[in-house]
Amino acid sequence: MSFTTKLATGALLAALGASAASAQSLVYCSEGSPEGFDPALYTAGTTFDASSHPIYNRLAEFKVGTTEVVPALAESWEVSEDGKKVTFKLRQGVKFHSNDQFTPSRDFNADDVIFSFDRQGNEENPYNKVSGGTWEYYGGMSMPDLIESIEKVDDYTVVFNLTRPEAPFIANMAMDFASIVSKEYADAMMEAGTPEMLNQAPIGTGPFQFQAYQKDAVIRYLRNDEYWGDPAKVESLIFAITPDASVRYQKVQAGECHVMAYPNPADVQAMKDAEDVVVMEQEGLNVGYLAYNTQMPPYDNANVRKALNMAIDKQAIIDVVFQGSGEIAKNPLPPTMWSYNDAIEDDKYDPEAAKAMLEEEGVTDLSMKIWAMPVQRPYNPNARRMAELMQEDFSKIGVDVEIVSYEWGEYLERSKSKDRDGAVLLGWTGDNGDPDNFLAVLLGCDGVEKSNRAQWCNEEFDALIQKAKVLPTQEERAPLYEEAQQIFKDQAPWATIAHSVVYMTMRPEVENYVVHPLGGHIFNQVGLKQ
Amino acid sequence: MLKYVLSRLATFIPTFIGVTLISFAFIRVLPGDPIVVMAGERGITEERYAQLEQQFGFDRPIYVQFWDYFTGVLQGDLGNSFVTKRPVWDEFFSLFPATLELSVCAMIFAVALGLPAGVIAAVNRGKFFDRALMSTALVGYSMPIFWWALLLIIVFSGNLGWTPVSGRIDLLYYFPNATGFMLIDSIASGQDGAFVSALRHLLLPTIVLGTIPLAVIARQTRSAMLEVLGEDYIRTARAKGMSPGRINGIHALRNALIPVITVIGLSVGTLLAGAILTETIFSWPGIGKWMVDSIFRRDYPVVQGGLLLIAVMVMVVNLTVDMLYGIINPKIRKR
Repeated sequence: MSFTTKLATGALLAALGASAASAQSLVYCSEGSPEGFDPALYTAGTTFDASSHPIYNRLAEFKVGTTEVVPALAESWEVSEDGKKVTFKLRQGVKFHSNDQFTPSRDFNADDVIFSFDRQGNEENPYNKVSGGTWEYYGGMSMPDLIESIEKVDDYTVVFNLTRPEAPFIANMAMDFASIVSKEYADAMMEAGTPEMLNQAPIGTGPFQFQAYQKDAVIRYLRNDEYWGDPAKVESLIFAITPDASVRYQKVQAGECHVMAYPNPADVQAMKDAEDVVVMEQEGLNVGYLAYNTQMPPYDNANVRKALNMAIDKQAIIDVVFQGSGEIAKNPLPPTMWSYNDAIEDDKYDPEAAKAMLEEEGVTDLSMKIWAMPVQRPYNPNARRMAELMQEDFSKIGVDVEIVSYEWGEYLERSKSKDRDGAVLLGWTGDNGDPDNFLAVLLGCDGVEKSNRAQWCNEEFDALIQKAKVLPTQEERAPLYEEAQQIFKDQAPWATIAHSVVYMTMRPEVENYVVHPLGGHIFNQVGLKQ
Repeated sequence: MLKYVLSRLATFIPTFIGVTLISFAFIRVLPGDPIVVMAGERGITEERYAQLEQQFGFDRPIYVQFWDYFTGVLQGDLGNSFVTKRPVWDEFFSLFPATLELSVCAMIFAVALGLPAGVIAAVNRGKFFDRALMSTALVGYSMPIFWWALLLIIVFSGNLGWTPVSGRIDLLYYFPNATGFMLIDSIASGQDGAFVSALRHLLLPTIVLGTIPLAVIARQTRSAMLEVLGEDYIRTARAKGMSPGRINGIHALRNALIPVITVIGLSVGTLLAGAILTETIFSWPGIGKWMVDSIFRRDYPVVQGGLLLIAVMVMVVNLTVDMLYGIINPKIRKR
């Protein structure tokens, strides 16, 4: 859009007046600024809300409101017998957006797919170093070891050759880092000497086209009228960046925005009672836990761990720390995840029995450390307070607790150590809606001294998740994960504490908003009542 | 006068070098490895860590890092943000006009109300008006910004609906930010109502940010005025039969201004500190919030570059204040 058209659009919008314009533009009060607009470069949910969801598409995508993977830029895919070759058939006739500097001359094709991944994995690719690319997610999801090569069979067929069979691979392709960017645009920008525009003035195939970003203030998008899927319901989408939660709520009430993210938990009840706002809720795809060091006595004894678990009053934690915006966790997987084992019974809160059990194991005068994170996370809004509640709970069974904390980077580093003294409060937010992303990362033997903070390596459990990882279908994998959760419960390497509940607050005229279990805020299907 | 200006400027250089060093050291003294913080719960492999360390230049000795930073600064290069990957310089100048616009308005608000209030209180010393004014000023000075802002929003935007809740201009208006100053850009855009909208958005943040300086200026003006009003030459002027307006307005106020201007100069620091909270609450896209976010993310280039630029600004303001002394009181520039 040229400068004059921008001016004209602005003037037109102004002339339309408040009521008419608000019927066409959806205003979302977001909680923070995006780091940029190329999702592969970043890891924050706030960035993905502003980039991968409105602007881009991926080969496969999560159906909004579920963790189910559905075709998107790939119409279908096929996994070979040995699981090491995945063939994607690409959708034809998909158009890229255009902007002042660029008008696409061709439709989306295999070259764009190969470029989108090659720039992340291949150091020779001219875009590998652009914008200080560190490709966190690409590395974090082990893509460099997993992808051996990517082949173009024809313009609309791409083959990924993998080094090993990996069932979650398709779900990984639906993650934000796997968003497909335009190779033609990238080449044009490289030639013009402004490769960073790929990140700053994004071009994608998504339902909304990027219009403008004023740092820390406003992001504007226009509907992509040539969208290959169901077109967006509103003509324009505006993110009004509003960091303070109370102010966001005031803005919703004043009609300055239609939807807001992350209300203050303390305000939720008042919002539910208010007539002019609607509150939606869903469990987040996360888990907050207390990980014992299972390699250090007496925590190497499962009965000791179970006894401690029984002494924790989780309901009190939900009430005090989460102020109601959480749900007791009994499994390491969140309830919205497929293969969640609902048959498992949580340890009962029973300090008497816990005390007796400890005595039976010959553990008396136990004193332990609990590590409290210095930062706020959805799965743990106040770790210090949580640790204090546990301190009180444990004192009832004669266990003396000292609470320790470190600066966040230090905390993450030190808590990895096998020789760590004490149990660690931490948590996890899911990336791709796959159980492997929780169970293998957080509890697998490979994770010991890394992301497995319990330092727990159980052969039976590990064999199950390794086996499940390479089976092709969800139906075959689910029973194995269910069994693994039972072993986890019996062995109790963690006290599972809570899953947060995600709230979305909006005005009554907002239609079709769906809370997405993977945590993103998606407006493709959202409309406004006239 | 020239000699006075030069001598002031000469003190600028060592301060500048000191500030560069401090801003560089400050963020590094804080515990927390930026690479580990960036990786978060997900963690990072040793290989990857080494790669990033090299990319960010952390594998080199600290003095080499400082030298690179320092020579960069001299050439006007503050490096790129670890997070957004954009030049610190660009980010600063895209955000700074918003902070400046708000700070200037807040300062005008504080001076326009604080000076007369202080003078009136001094002239009516001990009377009801004086007491009421000074108690109000004390309350204003002690007001937690966060609470004050929310209170104003709830009353004026929520209940009365007179002012917008937050932001710089109504989202209906969309025009390029040529200068970054919304008041100017809105006029330049030629769109009906844009300027008024920008002004309405400025109102509450200006009051919130200006409250503490207003209280300080009012109290300082009062005490400076009282001191001057007790001087012999004022008594002489009175004895000569000069009108009270002339005595207070010209003879007393001009002499009382020196300490007041000092306070105004020092308030620039307070304003920038207050801007951090004010900007966060009013979703005001300025440098206050930008700096705080960067400290939490251990975004070294932004923190050190931002600190340096802010420090330089405070230095420039204080230099200007020193010059003003010279203009107001000729005795000072001759020293």
